[in-house]
Amino acid sequence: MSAVISPIRDPLITGHKDYHQITEDICAPSERTPSAAWVTAFLISVAVLSFGVFCILWTIWFGIGTWNLNRTIGWGWDITNFVWWIGIGHAGTLISAILLLFRQKWRTGVNRAAEAMTIFAVLCAALFPGIHVGRIWVVFYFFPYPNTRGPLWVNFNSPLLWDLFAISTYFTVSLLFWYTGLVPDFATLRDRATGVRKKVYNFLSFGWTGAAKHWQRFESLSLVLAGIATPLVLSVHTIVSFDFATSVIPGWHTTIFPPYFVAGAIFSGFAMVLTLMIITRKILNLEDYITVEHVDSMNKVILLTGSIVGVAYITELVIAWYSGYIYEQFAFANRVQGVYWWAYFGMMTCNVLSPQLFWVRKFRRNIAFTFFMSIFINIGMWFERFVIIPTTLARDYLPSSWSYYVPSWVEIGIFLGTLGIFFTLYLIFTRVAPVVAIAEVKAILKSSGDQYAGEHAKQGHTAHDTHSHEEENLVH
Amino acid sequence: MSAHREILFGLYDDETDLLSAVKEANARHLHIDNVYSPFPVHGLDPLLGLQESRLHQAGFVYGAIGMLTAFLFMTWVFTRDWPIIFGGKPYWSVPAFIPITFELTVLFASIGMVVTYYAVNGQGPGVTNAVLDDRITDDKFCISFDAGHASEEEVSKFQQFLTESGAKEIRTKTI
Repeated sequence: MSAVISPIRDPLITGHKDYHQITEDICAPSERTPSAAWVTAFLISVAVLSFGVFCILWTIWFGIGTWNLNRTIGWGWDITNFVWWIGIGHAGTLISAILLLFRQKWRTGVNRAAEAMTIFAVLCAALFPGIHVGRIWVVFYFFPYPNTRGPLWVNFNSPLLWDLFAISTYFTVSLLFWYTGLVPDFATLRDRATGVRKKVYNFLSFGWTGAAKHWQRFESLSLVLAGIATPLVLSVHTIVSFDFATSVIPGWHTTIFPPYFVAGAIFSGFAMVLTLMIITRKILNLEDYITVEHVDSMNKVILLTGSIVGVAYITELVIAWYSGYIYEQFAFANRVQGVYWWAYFGMMTCNVLSPQLFWVRKFRRNIAFTFFMSIFINIGMWFERFVIIPTTLARDYLPSSWSYYVPSWVEIGIFLGTLGIFFTLYLIFTRVAPVVAIAEVKAILKSSGDQYAGEHAKQGHTAHDTHSHEEENLVH
Repeated sequence: MSAHREILFGLYDDETDLLSAVKEANARHLHIDNVYSPFPVHGLDPLLGLQESRLHQAGFVYGAIGMLTAFLFMTWVFTRDWPIIFGGKPYWSVPAFIPITFELTVLFASIGMVVTYYAVNGQGPGVTNAVLDDRITDDKFCISFDAGHASEEEVSKFQQFLTESGAKEIRTKTI
């Protein structure tokens, strides 16, 4: 019940909802039998997932020789996909943590689904380092544990090990944050359910009652978790960029990488959130909770981060030229006009030019256009990682080592498989859990519901009642 | 909960009704057992005399433990247990320890706080706590009194208060 109601803010909840109607609307998708669209999407996702699993098993059985990596190009689609997925995950934490600290109310409509997306994306990402080392059965060598080889420890100075710690921490913290927020909403589902469903949700809701002291601790925990998740999310992609930036490869060894990677991550993540949200709001009839206002806000973030990414690309080029270091100059000339020029062209078009269209308010508020753009940006950001990784390696110091790389069917299959894993998990999530945070939406109803805020607000029903309370609270 | 408790409670339709009712109860010096709501109602804590949660202090302690664990462990490994020179840098290369130290600080703080949160809330996987009314997680706001440990006179005061403060439903439940 935050009481400051801005007259220029559009309402975030439309349809004159009351508390009960919010519960009904958001619980409905998990309480009815799945629609034909859901079943079709689920079957397709599981089929693609299965092909991915097949390709992973193929890789494990025959070794990474089944990929088209070679001595020059040691990182190909595997690490490209790893960075792409990790980047996608960042939007969820940005929405749930950073926007919580900034008290952005529009986050409540999308935070639950965005956090779920983070967790699934990080799972997909973590798969790639696991399989690209080739011998997955000794993958526990990654971790520092007392062993009989000395004990011989891992190299704590290596950015690859930092990455292991960053990503496992990121996954754990995101999962805890997400689940803690889900508990009160699982309790709502529990109290509406009967039979086996009630037992399941009773287990999932951890015995939540909604007592005042529990809500107080809940808010305290959310705030502190948001406070530490904020530097965490910035650190994760910074450390991912260290995988490249601390090496001595021209084109990778640059100080601009950390901020550039973080901006790119948020950029691609928001694009994926929009892709998912636009479909979800339509299929689950949640247009009143994920409104055009939300889409507009997310498009503004896309515009900002897209512009940061654009500036970073151009800065890289200028600094390479200005460095006077021929290998660096060659690396960038090669990216722009070398054998992989088409990847650079795709990256520039999708990431730098296309988001600039969002300066136009009409485009930002057009759902179909936004959907199209979100796909475009996802492709562009994939190209960015492809440009950075294989195309840089393809033209190394020694012309005799120069090479060219196209993925094998196994690599393509594994990438498709991760898309299958991602969408399968997301579809299950939309069936099991409330896609919009019920309690959080109720908490902003009095300040952002369309009967209280915006031009259609009922007269005399708005600020005054709630204002007086807030003022009294401030006195306390 | 070990012993069964008899709870008298009233359900309100709106958080503003709830807040004014709690104020009224304070004015009448009635001892409220608990207040339940479907979402956090701001301004309620001071009225109920709830102190600020100390969860963040616990979080700081867990974070500090994580930081020391990471930093001291890496220091021990690279200066005592198995010193190795990487890239011509000193054994004790502090800047390189920063990322992992930071990550473990965050990890310990988060896990510690979440575990503490569920422990002090009396919640966790498999825990079932009594629910006074199924609609408290939907759209009802509840004030409850411990009727089992109150005199008849007090119970009638509770009942009178609930009626007068605008509770839409008043019931008793043994939990």
